[in-house]
Amino acid sequence: MSGTHGTTKTAGPAVGLNPTEQPEVAGSSGGGPQIEAVRRRVRELLPAAAVITDHARLRTYECDGLAHYRVTPALVVLADSADHIAAVVRICAEEKVPFVARGSGTGLSGGALPRADGVLVVTSRMRDIREVAPLDQRAVVEPGVINLDVTRAADPYGYYYAPDPSSQQICSIGGNVAENSGGAHCLKYGFTANHVTGVEFVTPDGSVVELGGRAPDSPGYDLLGTVIGSEGTLGIATAVTVRLTRKPEDVVTVLAGFPSTDDAGAATSAIIGAGVLPAAIEMMDALAIEAAEAAVHCDYPDGAGAVLVIELDGPAVEVRQEFDEVERLCRDNGAFEFRVAKDDTERALIWRGRKSAFAAVGRISPDYIVQDGVIPRTSLPAVLRAISEMSASSGVRVANVFHAGDGNLHPLVLFDESKAGQAEAAEEISGKILDLCIEAGGSITGEHGVGMDKSAYMPRMFSEDDLDTMQMVRCAFDPDNIANPGKIFPTPRLCGEVPGRHKGEHPLARAGIAEIF
Amino acid sequence: MAVDALLSAGQSLAAACDDVREATDTDAVDGVHPRFSARPGSTAEAAGVLRAAAEHELAVVTRGAGTKLTWGTPPERADLVLDLTRMDAVLDHAAGDLVAVAQAGCPIESLQRTLASAGQRLAIDETLPGTTLGGGIATNSSGPRRMLNGTFRDLMIGTTVVRADGVIAKSGGRVVKNVAGYDLGKLMTGSFGTLGVVVEAVFRLHPLPADVSVLVAQARDTGEVAAMVRAVLHSEIVATAIEVDWAVTGGGEIGVLLEGTVDGVAARTTTARALLAGAGAPDIQVADQPPAWWGRYPTGTLLKLTCALSAVDHLLREAARLGVSVRGSAGSGVLYGGLPADADVPDTVTALRGVCVAAGGSLVVLDAPTAVKSTVDTWGPVAALELMRAVKQQFDPHRRLSPGRFVGGI
Ligand SMILES: Cc1cc2nc3c(=O)[nH]c(=O)nc-3n(C[C@H](O)[C@H](O)[C@H](O)COP(=O)(O)OP(=O)(O)OC[C@H]3O[C@@H](n4cnc5c(N)ncnc54)[C@H](O)[C@@H]3O)c2cc1C
Repeated sequence: MSGTHGTTKTAGPAVGLNPTEQPEVAGSSGGGPQIEAVRRRVRELLPAAAVITDHARLRTYECDGLAHYRVTPALVVLADSADHIAAVVRICAEEKVPFVARGSGTGLSGGALPRADGVLVVTSRMRDIREVAPLDQRAVVEPGVINLDVTRAADPYGYYYAPDPSSQQICSIGGNVAENSGGAHCLKYGFTANHVTGVEFVTPDGSVVELGGRAPDSPGYDLLGTVIGSEGTLGIATAVTVRLTRKPEDVVTVLAGFPSTDDAGAATSAIIGAGVLPAAIEMMDALAIEAAEAAVHCDYPDGAGAVLVIELDGPAVEVRQEFDEVERLCRDNGAFEFRVAKDDTERALIWRGRKSAFAAVGRISPDYIVQDGVIPRTSLPAVLRAISEMSASSGVRVANVFHAGDGNLHPLVLFDESKAGQAEAAEEISGKILDLCIEAGGSITGEHGVGMDKSAYMPRMFSEDDLDTMQMVRCAFDPDNIANPGKIFPTPRLCGEVPGRHKGEHPLARAGIAEIF
Repeated sequence: MAVDALLSAGQSLAAACDDVREATDTDAVDGVHPRFSARPGSTAEAAGVLRAAAEHELAVVTRGAGTKLTWGTPPERADLVLDLTRMDAVLDHAAGDLVAVAQAGCPIESLQRTLASAGQRLAIDETLPGTTLGGGIATNSSGPRRMLNGTFRDLMIGTTVVRADGVIAKSGGRVVKNVAGYDLGKLMTGSFGTLGVVVEAVFRLHPLPADVSVLVAQARDTGEVAAMVRAVLHSEIVATAIEVDWAVTGGGEIGVLLEGTVDGVAARTTTARALLAGAGAPDIQVADQPPAWWGRYPTGTLLKLTCALSAVDHLLREAARLGVSVRGSAGSGVLYGGLPADADVPDTVTALRGVCVAAGGSLVVLDAPTAVKSTVDTWGPVAALELMRAVKQQFDPHRRLSPGRFVGGI
């Protein structure tokens, strides 16, 4: 993301991308006896500078990147160490008070939305890169470390950290772990889960455990793989061991202009179908191009109904072969312009249009919703057409910027809050887009997470049994439901009512669950 | 079990599945003899069998091709073998999406045949002939290609599991990019059948490479191994695998696998040869097929050895000193040791485990004769064991799924 577009780059609370003011989500006043006890005990334990209780300062943490959910936390802790975090969590566990972890607050699903009756544990002071070990292809970092800083630290050794969310200049590694974040290049290189080999983790009872490590395949259950992507609902990562990737010998970045998204989609399928695995294939439609042009003058081809940004990387000879193939397939599928970045400056310009697209949409619409859904790549043309029909019939404009290579759509649904009914209409279209994704056999989120925002959609994708089974993991980690409660799952599972409490009764779970709900 | 209880359990199983029989000696699991064997033909049947097993409190061991049933510790008890070999279908191959769906009893090899017809593959090696997908997932088995492509945990994008209580649960889906909900597939991977029965899985696929080459170099000491591995690993040629085969006499071979386009592989082979020669390799062979030892476990008592990448040469040296031959992925720090029948296994395991742990890794005794197993600590120290027990308690509170086969007696 370019720093010129209004999103804060600092450790402090993020400015919402789409700050539509709304009343605070209902919650308790933050003044109950338990939270009072927590406040007192945390103050006794931690240095004054690490504890925020002043209402005005608390309010600056009221939302993450999804600014229309707002809750003022009862207490904010700016943790300095794993010990701090473990101690605070232990106090929360003893007082049965919920806690929510927060990294940089760039999340787009309300994952770091605080609890009015709980503690927000912020990791933005924990920014030490403890070790860069190129011979082990690992780095060990604190959770508040900014994603891009890992790459910067590894760069002198010829290495980088592969997962590159567009927010990489500001988002934290801890947040990446919690969201299993991806980026444009995860088409080839995979997600956070494929690049983290170990975490030090504070469980919801305040104990500190090591999951995974420097070597792969730790004996026992893969709890590391289980906590990655768990959105802060299983505990807090206090140190992260990441895998470093060797920088490629060659990188070629291409901008291809097409008459329509259908053509660009066909080109994408043809490339993948030919056995070429680019590092990235990103698509923008006409409206997104218009916005990016207005914001950053990226000089995309005139009159394009869609552009593809394609990046190939690897050994130079391989890249050259793949490049020839990609050029041929783009032209065969209607590309009227095929521009290759000559140097890093041109490469940066091509990427700037793409990376600034979310923020740029602010230039053409006062308000917008960033949707995140996934479809099988082959359904791309059909789903894009359906979205555009929906847009035409409802009058709600939708700009499309997305990771075409892996079918991860990011429709930007535009509206004007000040015009009656527009917000509701946009919400409706946004929800219908998720339905399209589910119908196509896809997912309701490819990278932004479920958080607060999409928990209500989970039952559309998963059965009650599926969700119940996921929550068995939750119950193992957090039987009292104090770690980021209310996120991911539409309904909490009562962990006391587990099979096994009444020995001999069968079949247990179904009957038990039926009673609970 | 009392006779009438047995009878009634048998009846329930037979009502749930049309292929249930009394177990024979060949159904024994690492020396433990079960009563029944059930071979469900569908997920619904498998769920029915598990419900019946729950009702009658039967301990269940799931079996694919049975190539790794002696891995881990022997089960404390086994009443029923759940045989998945009838569930061996490739359910869908969406070539355009590079995704395949298969039943757990499907042999890896047969999935690969189906995929190859469309120029694709699941980038996972079959380390023992006949291995099924389910067996590979349960043991998290992996071969040389893990260095570039990862393991089951990285390539499985959706999972259907039947729980101990017979409930069918899915996680993930059919798209590669997906962060909705917890990733139960990763939890199941390497869980040795102690949490649930994986019945179906969805995989991310890769295109088959147009060309392949393998370079094999002799190494006279571990210093040469370190130099060669480092030279290739830290270069820009993007090898698919770097393997080592190391004898107790302190000598062996390094193998480098390159995959890609025809011109690309040719050029990278030239570079790799120069890198190996520069690292001191006296004699380098290039072939289009890997050597016979490639991706095969060493013989004897089988150890899985892991360590930080920079410690691989040290591990090889110590292993040789202790009489352990080693083979495996020098480029990812996951190797396999073989101990001869006459070795002093407990002392060797203790000493070598110390080396692995000090190097940031672990040692697991994967497979050994029963007599040997009873004398060693199979899994070694396990971090977060209490949390693992809590997970087990949630998924299988009565400890009926492969009880005792896993870490900490889980
Ligand atoms: C402009 C923009 C572009 C983006 N592009 C991408 C993209 O390309 N790909 C992508 O995947 N995402 C993207 N995102 C979303 C977001 O940046 C990622 O989800 C990121 O990983 C969040 O990191 P954070 O530090 O801001 O986490 P936060 O927003 O602070 O928290 C996110 C979640 O993680 C939890 N959490 C935070 N720290 C920890 C910890 N140490 N331990 C446990 N849980 C923790 C929180 O409780 C919360 O549930 C984008 C966001 C913006 C604003």
